[in-house]
Amino acid sequence: MKHLKTVNKANLKETAAKGGCGKCQTSCQSACKTSCTVANQQCEANK
Amino acid sequence: MDSRIHKYKQGDMYIVLDINSGGVHVVDRLIFDMLDYICPDHEGGGLGVTAEQLAASLPQYDKGEMAEALSELEELYNGKMLFSEDEYKQYAEMTLNAPIKAMCLHVSHDCNLRCKYCFAETGDFGGGRMLMPPEVGRKAIDFLIEKSAGRENLEVDFFGGEPLMAWDTVKATVDYARSIEKQHGKNFRFTITTNGVLLDDEKTEYINREMSNCVLSLDGRKEVNDRIRITPNEKGSYDLIVPKFQQLVKGRVNEGRTDHYIRGTFTKYNLDFTNDILHMAELGFKQLSVEPVVTDPQMPYAIAESDLPTIFNEYDRLCEIMKNDPKKFNFFHFKIDLNQGPCAVKRLRGCGCGNEYVAITPDGDIFPCHQFVGMDEWKMGNIFDGNVNKDLKDYFAKTHIYSKEGCADCWARFYCSGGCNANSFKYEGDARKPHKIACEMQKKRIECGIALATADC
Repeated sequence: MKHLKTVNKANLKETAAKGGCGKCQTSCQSACKTSCTVANQQCEANK
Repeated sequence: MDSRIHKYKQGDMYIVLDINSGGVHVVDRLIFDMLDYICPDHEGGGLGVTAEQLAASLPQYDKGEMAEALSELEELYNGKMLFSEDEYKQYAEMTLNAPIKAMCLHVSHDCNLRCKYCFAETGDFGGGRMLMPPEVGRKAIDFLIEKSAGRENLEVDFFGGEPLMAWDTVKATVDYARSIEKQHGKNFRFTITTNGVLLDDEKTEYINREMSNCVLSLDGRKEVNDRIRITPNEKGSYDLIVPKFQQLVKGRVNEGRTDHYIRGTFTKYNLDFTNDILHMAELGFKQLSVEPVVTDPQMPYAIAESDLPTIFNEYDRLCEIMKNDPKKFNFFHFKIDLNQGPCAVKRLRGCGCGNEYVAITPDGDIFPCHQFVGMDEWKMGNIFDGNVNKDLKDYFAKTHIYSKEGCADCWARFYCSGGCNANSFKYEGDARKPHKIACEMQKKRIECGIALATADC
């Protein structure tokens, strides 16, 4: 495309269908103890 | 503008987020401007606007170019990567009755520093100075194994106060968990958050062997750190801790591990916090986290709404530095994985405090998280009787972006999950009412993080 570039899979809806397994890290156990950041966590379902 | 997208300019990039699919698109100025006038009907079979109609609003652009751009947008729309709908409410209460899988273990309600901004009231959380006995640490492990049901990965963060003051309990707890994890089919991940004062060779070696992550507290430049992070006799802590952190990190990096963070706090005193981040990078630290102070708005170092423009400029400056030199260091709060990030179900509620994650005090009391400790109305039980207040646990399970005030309409909801419940309670009086200043800073960090991730693609 000439006017735009999509940089990721845009697959949030797919992740909902098979999500919630609970294998991933809890946000506050990393480096945020006072401000919750979630999108920097990694999915560990397939590890 | 259509509420299903968010668009912004970061540096020289025009970025469009399709909020509900997670799609990130880098666009040119033409499309960026066109999107102000496109709002397709939910049921529609197209974008509902023609190039001729757009030309009336945007006469500065060539009509042929606009028709071409419109067809590219249509392709995204038909592929459900633009103007997609929020279909996640059905998953909102999926974690009711979820097992507890993570624990913040307050092995010490005492501290050997007297940091002025401490949310733990210089370490004792307002409840008197005490250390957790080893038997409480072991009981907490039993409690977590029992409550974690089918969860395999269990997380325990040693916290305080200063956890190294209860070193015997840290070791006894880790050793006990390691001795029984296999028989229970569990995999413990330990982390520790320390000010470093008591680090020595033995503790450093043990931490680097057993802890999957460690968070080392330092605020940056010596004068910044030593203004706030002081000893009980009011001396600065910088000279005492920096060499110890350098030794610990060197040991970790030599083993090929990057899983640690030098974590700082910025206050009104150092709104030029990028200089602190750069200073820590010069000290040899590459994994960095610096967060805004959480404190009573009356404190002289508290961040006020009027500070936000300065802070936004500082985040922009940091973002530009990282864009120009991506290998210089990592900044935790700009880190966003656009492809392998958490699933939508997790993004609805974030940290899981009070439901999948709890904090345990030195005498075994259970609280929703480390920031709720000391607030008796939030006490959820005690590990020695094993009961967890179901009403409170359900309350947190139901605290998600659809129940928090203003989140369901916010573009950032799938990145921050509505923010920190404890902050919301402390500063807005309601765990479901996000703290406005924290939200604004979070949104800015997300914009910077996405821009950096985009630059990598």
